[in-house]
Amino acid sequence: MATSNNIHSLSVEASTSQLAKVRDFVAEHAERLGLSEKEIGNIRLAVDEAYTNIIKHAYKNIPAKPVEIELGSDNSQLWISIKDEGESFDVGAYNEPDIRERIKNKQRGGMGVYLIRKLMDNVQYNRSGHMNEIRMIKHL
Amino acid sequence: MKNFGISIREVDNIRVLDISGELDAHTASQLENSLKSLIDQNEICIIVNCKGLDYIASAGLGVFMAYIEDVRGMGGDIKLTNMNERVYNVFDLLGFPTLYDIHDDESEALTGFNN
Repeated sequence: MATSNNIHSLSVEASTSQLAKVRDFVAEHAERLGLSEKEIGNIRLAVDEAYTNIIKHAYKNIPAKPVEIELGSDNSQLWISIKDEGESFDVGAYNEPDIRERIKNKQRGGMGVYLIRKLMDNVQYNRSGHMNEIRMIKHL
Repeated sequence: MKNFGISIREVDNIRVLDISGELDAHTASQLENSLKSLIDQNEICIIVNCKGLDYIASAGLGVFMAYIEDVRGMGGDIKLTNMNERVYNVFDLLGFPTLYDIHDDESEALTGFNN
């Protein structure tokens, strides 16, 4: 495996007010790798969804909780890691959303994980100690 | 909020919401408040013109999911128009085009209401 270089990190608190900043952070670095506008848009959205899920589900909208975002690349891939110290996400219990059914029941949400999987090439969830990590990979 | 904007106008008794900027979990409440306020006033023929919308996340789509049943149940609709390709792609990934009335242009949506 090639050595990762170009590692950039950003620490933010879990707040939707930071969403634009987080999106711009990943987009700026993805641009430097020569990704297409469409691919950069996909990465922006995947990171938005992952960070929003942390705010809403891992931290249940409790403010001022820490989130660490790290982005790195090598010759073959771009990876983005987002870490939190909140409640872990049980990926095994996740079902693909039935949008028609959700509309009927006036439910919203549950679409983020589905979108992330569609937008990125590989998505891993890790738990280490009290830390959760979602690691999203895009092949270059 | 500087990165999202919303304004409402009236065309042929139809309420048109012009939305612009970035619609995410932070700004979705502004759209929600506007939609809710219209529905509370029984204004149920609504077009959301997305011409100025640069970006949408699922929290933005969630707002449309929450109100479409109510509005249709009251005999109205929320029609979406003028999306750029990037925004449309997000709706498309989630299968919205089969569930919502989405038009390239506002005039088509107006015709849809008037028929």
